[in-house]
Amino acid sequence: MATLRRSMLFVPGNNPALVKDAQIYGSDSIIFDLEDSVAPAEKDAARLLVWSSLRSTDYGRVEKVVRVNGIDTPWFREDVEAMVRAGIEVIRLPKTEGPADIARLEELVGALERTAGRPSGSVRLMAALEGPLAILNAYEIATSSKRLVAIALSAEDFVTSMRTTRSSEGVELAEARGRIVLAARAAGVMAIDTVFTDVADSEGFLREARLAKQLGFDGKSVITPAQIPLLHGVFAPTKEELRRARRVIAAAAEAKVRGLGVISLDGKMIDRPIIDRAQGLVDLARASGMRVEDKE
Amino acid sequence: MEIIKTGVAGTLESCDASVSVEEHGLLELVIESADSRFAPRVREAALAALAELGVRAARVTVREKSALDCTIRARVMTACLRAAGLEKAPWEALK
Repeated sequence: MATLRRSMLFVPGNNPALVKDAQIYGSDSIIFDLEDSVAPAEKDAARLLVWSSLRSTDYGRVEKVVRVNGIDTPWFREDVEAMVRAGIEVIRLPKTEGPADIARLEELVGALERTAGRPSGSVRLMAALEGPLAILNAYEIATSSKRLVAIALSAEDFVTSMRTTRSSEGVELAEARGRIVLAARAAGVMAIDTVFTDVADSEGFLREARLAKQLGFDGKSVITPAQIPLLHGVFAPTKEELRRARRVIAAAAEAKVRGLGVISLDGKMIDRPIIDRAQGLVDLARASGMRVEDKE
Repeated sequence: MEIIKTGVAGTLESCDASVSVEEHGLLELVIESADSRFAPRVREAALAALAELGVRAARVTVREKSALDCTIRARVMTACLRAAGLEKAPWEALK
């Protein structure tokens, strides 16, 4: 099944109570944060705590991501070294401005994979786009490395750079969201929407999550476990969508058995993208806990 | 690893450990555990971390609040590196 990143849960890297249990909330990914949630004087402590936890904790099937400190900080290099050696799956680079930033991270990761005895290419990358230049460079960033699996919007820094603030309608993020989804789709990587910071406002969160899904985002970053089931509910297919997807897959399978080159369903032609989308939807339904194998 | 000053790390929050490492002629380890039944396990985790860093002489105090072994290990290592005045961990040597 394809990797899902509907929910990427941020966990403060210097909080042992949260780091040890991060896998129990059912998010698709955990993002251990070494950046904004950690005070400068505690960067070393957070790095060692996440390193030690990764070395000894079974996080199950949840994808393990780390947000390292930015390339221009004194902590960046050691963050990356510790995390590659600890077996991290994905490194999220904050404040990515252009493809050169990803190239620099990739070079470091490649060298560390060799010295740490990890298979080449096993560490994947994610870029957080947080400023206007980053948004304008979205496609170049998204295509800058074979390791790159997703680009993400980070709205708080973005709105500050744009001399505006976040609103409930999100109009100030419309251009950035659109460009990120376009770039991600053109590059064949995932698009991850920004966090919703008002943890008490479930309705506002749901509204934003629905908008993100409709725009084509693959998921959102979240800052509290309470947002995870809400998000998965938004991204779950409807029963009708699932029924239709299963019929598409069945029609494709039948056409293959019969050696037919052209597949049709209800008088309409079905081509490869429609079949791929149907398979993706069935995978998503399964991950969402829906009963996929039921006969109609 | 040579301890040249006092280094502290961690907190007394639940699931955490507060660790202090000071200069001392011998290796002395004091454990204050939230539950005394776990003190031997905490001692073992702390000693393993000290051995991994090659700390042979220091007074180490660990006050823990139901911390996992991996947390004890991280906090002891952080306090030792701070007490040794080192900014970089010897990642290649760590298991």
